Amino acid sequence: MRRARYAGAVSDDLVAVDVMERVLHAAQRRGGDFAELFVEDRTSRTAVLDQRRVETLASGHERGAGIRVIAGATTGFAHTADLSEAGLLAAAEAAAAAARDGDGVRRVAFGAPQRYRTDYDLSPVGVDKARTVDQLRRADDVARSEGGALTQVQVSSGGSTRRLLIANSDGLVATDEQVRTRFTVACVAEGDGGMQTGYRPFGTTAGYEEITDDLVEDAARAAARQAITKLAARPAPSGDLPVVLAGGSGGILFHEACGHGLEADAIAKDASVYAGRRGERVASPLVTLVDDGTVAGEWGYVAVDDEGHRGTRTTLIENGVLTDYMWDYLRARSVGRGRSGNGRRQGYQYLPMVRMTNTFLLAGDSDADEIVAQTPYGIYVAQLGGGQVNTATGDFVFGMTSAFLIEDGRITTPVRDCNLIGNGPAILQRVDAVARDFAMGGPGTCGKDGQQVPVGTGQPTLRLSAVTVGGTAS
Amino acid sequence: MNDLSELAEGVLGRAGDGEAMEVYASTGTEVEIKVFDGRVENLARAESGGVGIRILRESGAGARVGVAWTGSLDERAIDRALSEARDNARFASEDEFLAFARPDGVAAAPLELIDPSVHSMSLDDKVALVVETERIVRGADRIRQVESADYSDFDLQTVVASTYGVHARSQRTGSFLSVEAIAADASGDQTGWGFQAGRGPAMLEAQRVATDAISRATRLLGAVKPTSMRTTAVFSPRSAATLLAIIGSALSGDAVVRGRSIFAGRVDTDVASRAVSVIDDPTDPRQFAASRYDGEGLACRRNILIDHGRLSGFVYDTVAARRAGVSSTGSAVRGGLAGPPSAGCRALSFVAGAQGADEIVQLVGDGVYVDALSGVHSGVNPISGDFSVGFTGFMIRGGQLAEPLREATVASTLQRILLDVVAVGSDVEWLPGSAAGQTIAVTGVSVGGR
Repeated sequence: MRRARYAGAVSDDLVAVDVMERVLHAAQRRGGDFAELFVEDRTSRTAVLDQRRVETLASGHERGAGIRVIAGATTGFAHTADLSEAGLLAAAEAAAAAARDGDGVRRVAFGAPQRYRTDYDLSPVGVDKARTVDQLRRADDVARSEGGALTQVQVSSGGSTRRLLIANSDGLVATDEQVRTRFTVACVAEGDGGMQTGYRPFGTTAGYEEITDDLVEDAARAAARQAITKLAARPAPSGDLPVVLAGGSGGILFHEACGHGLEADAIAKDASVYAGRRGERVASPLVTLVDDGTVAGEWGYVAVDDEGHRGTRTTLIENGVLTDYMWDYLRARSVGRGRSGNGRRQGYQYLPMVRMTNTFLLAGDSDADEIVAQTPYGIYVAQLGGGQVNTATGDFVFGMTSAFLIEDGRITTPVRDCNLIGNGPAILQRVDAVARDFAMGGPGTCGKDGQQVPVGTGQPTLRLSAVTVGGTAS
Repeated sequence: MNDLSELAEGVLGRAGDGEAMEVYASTGTEVEIKVFDGRVENLARAESGGVGIRILRESGAGARVGVAWTGSLDERAIDRALSEARDNARFASEDEFLAFARPDGVAAAPLELIDPSVHSMSLDDKVALVVETERIVRGADRIRQVESADYSDFDLQTVVASTYGVHARSQRTGSFLSVEAIAADASGDQTGWGFQAGRGPAMLEAQRVATDAISRATRLLGAVKPTSMRTTAVFSPRSAATLLAIIGSALSGDAVVRGRSIFAGRVDTDVASRAVSVIDDPTDPRQFAASRYDGEGLACRRNILIDHGRLSGFVYDTVAARRAGVSSTGSAVRGGLAGPPSAGCRALSFVAGAQGADEIVQLVGDGVYVDALSGVHSGVNPISGDFSVGFTGFMIRGGQLAEPLREATVASTLQRILLDVVAVGSDVEWLPGSAAGQTIAVTGVSVGGR
């Protein structure tokens, strides 16, 4: 095994300390009560095998800085790919131009740099390419060995390293090296009723050492079996039905149904159904929901968020009672409280905003099998796809990519892909059983205002007493 | 502009023996303004540029390709990308169909895609446009909040050049004004998103965007969940555009040659009702995504995909075309610098029918009006054709829009939807994205609700 190319590196080499000082100084030249320099150096790699061919091996690299200046309620922002002092000063000027009031220049005194680094052995952008190619082929072979109905296999692997340097006018200096690695298998099976798909994603905030041969084979088998199983799928019913979510299958539900509505930017604009409801019962007493950026290895793990603040565990709902929201610098400052480590951005080209990290529902004390056995008729969800929510109304949808009927307390026929739809506040009240078998789900990519960030979700097996299923069978 | 061409040619000059190379270079400027409560919340300005490189090495019975990109025009960054692309090519599979586009003699349409107001309008005037939009919405009856009021514009220049002799330069500008309103009454809150897209801010109208948002939010007040039923759905231009874009993804020759399209093997058969003709035409200047060149530097052209219900063909890039034994239709699309081009539709529309939107609603008599879709990325499987998405809209009763609806799903399969189209509207709304919007009516859909 080769050691990671960037192992041990810290980010101070991106911009020198005296340059950081002068840039932040320039950013506040016209006023402004806060200035921040965010520097990022990101390297990525993707390898895709399709139709038994390694079709794409792509490497990417970008580095640049985003500078923001906050003056009262206004934020000025500029970014540049030029990390020279001249390039940074030009961006600082552009960001400063938006800040027209405030009390003029402040001296910046940096504290001791806080340095972080994802714990990893093998960089996903430095790993031997031949090893990656072997694993792609291995997954293809294993998937195809699952049966003749399988017609298509697409395997992709890749990852990124993201070196960050964050310095602000409060004196904070933080560096981080974030490493994320992915491996996904997508299959198509063909039968009399047309084609069906199977998908198994794996993602970790760690290095390529996590992509073991066992993991590769398990993912391939699971994706292939999902596609083949769905060939027998019947149209899903339509209308309100009890829905059981298998452990780890559907944390996205809580991400959509209430997570976005608990982000402090939506709260501050009174654009969330959860605004002004702290201390109130908003969910079934079985619901305890946390957002936790501190879970090492999880897809939404952040040693520091993209504002340089430590990742935090925040209890959002405790036994059904709304306890807190998620905060970034700007929103926390406006109400005079601490940040919760939820200020995140896609890259240096973007302003940070309030985002989730790993959001999950804690385990209850029911038995997972019992929950199914006590459901006379309903839907059993083995895997959810993506979802979407309107935070102002709470209405959300999310897609089932692997689901079955429950008949007489038993999991029976697979059903075709379809959406579930509901209203967040209503659905939270309808959680009527929560099992002990907590599991995190696959890696998620959360989109908000045009920015994508990696997030984790998780939940134990649980039942919703009624959700609208958008199928085609009556 | 010339600088970017020179840069691309300079990189091409470094192709080694036995190597073909393609360079995709871009540079651009952007402005983004967010207004909240009459004041600028965010004002962002940026310049960016980058280079994507593909290196093709011919070997034995085919070729291998390696890809790399950098978000910089800096020489050292490009050096690094070059050597990465070269190294990646060593590990990719040999493929007899791999090739870059060769000039095919088709002339690019003379499109004017630049509006000087992107640069001539001052930042203050752009801010004033958003402030005015937000002010109108805030002042409207039953509007309790404006969730966002945003403006953005860009000026993007690109060059695609290759050692096969392709050299395509293009430049486009765009601007976008949007506002999201929250309406409230005793029944609760509803939201409405109004927007307008154009090539420059001079053509954007605050009043129009504001009215759009206000109307969409207020008309949904009191919305109810429908009962589950099988019925006829009239899709609004915006929701029909979303549907058409998904159908377009299955008309990609790339999806077809990979056996991942519901249309594979269906050419010259009836895949839709006779009311349906679908065209992809990036040479139509009214299309927001109009483009002179495709992602491989070939001239974009008008492609008829479905003709009176009959599938006439697919869109192809060079590699998918070679696999299928046909020629590129000038339809390579790329998602920015990262990754190779692929075949895709850019500027879809239905051939307009004879009836307007109101006439179609009248004709349908009873059914649902699907105004806005949600959960499209999770609820549609373009490989199996399964279609199940959330919507807000209205009941249609007696040929008129009746009570508003929320928390409902509309479901069918893409295959059935196309066969069940009974009317395509004469109305056309040019929208950002890969499809124009037109009212369509589809029978036999399943509505999920109570």
